[in-house]
Amino acid sequence: MTTATLTTRLLGGPPLGPRPAGVDVEAAVAAAGLVGRGGGGFPTARKLAAVRGRRRAPVLVANAAEGEPLSTKDATLLARAPHQVLEGIVLAASAVGAREAYLCLPAGLAPPPAVQDAVRRHDLAGVTVRLRAVPRRYVASEESALVQLLSGGPALPTSRPPRAAERGVRGAPTLVLNVETLAGVALAVHCGPQRYRAVGDPAEPGTLLVTVAGAVPAPGVVELPTGTPAGTALAAAGAVDVGAVLTGGYGGAWLSGEAARSAPLTHAGMRTAGGVLGPGILAVLPRHACGPAETAAVARYLAGQSAGQCGPCVFGLPDIAGALDAAVAGGPHAPAALAAVRRWTATLPGRGACRHPDGAARLVASALRVFAADLSAHVSGRPCAGFFGPRYLEVPR
Amino acid sequence: MRIEVDRIACRGDGLCAGLLPEAVTLDDWGFPIVGPLPPGSEKAARRAVAACPALALRLEART
Repeated sequence: MTTATLTTRLLGGPPLGPRPAGVDVEAAVAAAGLVGRGGGGFPTARKLAAVRGRRRAPVLVANAAEGEPLSTKDATLLARAPHQVLEGIVLAASAVGAREAYLCLPAGLAPPPAVQDAVRRHDLAGVTVRLRAVPRRYVASEESALVQLLSGGPALPTSRPPRAAERGVRGAPTLVLNVETLAGVALAVHCGPQRYRAVGDPAEPGTLLVTVAGAVPAPGVVELPTGTPAGTALAAAGAVDVGAVLTGGYGGAWLSGEAARSAPLTHAGMRTAGGVLGPGILAVLPRHACGPAETAAVARYLAGQSAGQCGPCVFGLPDIAGALDAAVAGGPHAPAALAAVRRWTATLPGRGACRHPDGAARLVASALRVFAADLSAHVSGRPCAGFFGPRYLEVPR
Repeated sequence: MRIEVDRIACRGDGLCAGLLPEAVTLDDWGFPIVGPLPPGSEKAARRAVAACPALALRLEART
């Protein structure tokens, strides 16, 4: 399911053609205004600048690990346009003087033949590109976890400092970019920054891959200009009954259906609406679904996905999940449980080595806002009808 | 100045909150919630950093 419009340039765009010679990649990326597509939305040119000109040659990490279970956009991109990603790898590597790159893919799936074939056939200009499998754990695709994995350790986040740009894979300065970002680097260089930024929101230009999941007839990945209302992505997936939308994935935030429809697909736009763009995930709940119960299931999953390293996450996430369950179940302890959820989600952000507790707390806090009426009915022992019905968000076991 | 916690190293021993209550409180699980350092508390902050049994605290110059 891909909208075949003029803005389709990541999925199914025309071939890039020969590599332009003598282009200043960092300047082109800066002029294009490219921001990262992995979830953080950080300006890509500044990430390039952070590893350039250091004593040791940097290492480039192309991240397609997709820790967010609902996201399929990186797999889709790699299956449809592997050469564009590899071209981005070559160009980003040349910009920073890297000779070595890792393409990180989720474990358990054989690398798509298209990717293996592309690695063999693409003109890599002397850059060694290795494929690496990343364990399917929520926090494993986080930057410092990838760095530790590629250095021979477990795929778990580490404390900062040092930042990856200073001391990353086996001590070398390391540039970690999402594969969609790298495809954007290739476009910005091959098409030129002006053409790149002719599409999309002026502050976060280009097109964006969005995974639409949940209760929709045609779930999948759509490519849209940034700034497009999220409702356009929902409509492309055939969504009709939209009660609420989980934006940004399990570490994201709920929006009401109406708020989600009009929210522009940019980091700033989603934030203003109370949502999260993250890696471009929209998961739909129908009106009759039980938002609090769906959130409790996701909170339980996120608690189990903690790396188990930082106290506030190790103890906080299971307690939040348990208290949310208690609030949803109703009964004499439910009001106190709901108050505890409120207090804990407020104190958790910023207190882990990675942002896992921040994301989990944000998701639960957003549920308290968006499903406030439903939740207070649950707490007072009057659960909604949806509580006894099916769940719509897939939570990995 | 501000206090930074290495969250992986921190074990929730809680000495920091005892030595520097003006800037550190403990959450419901005993792990520190660090606020801004009030003026004049630098000496107490250094003491808290030095006392941490897990060596999980450090003083950062920027606020």
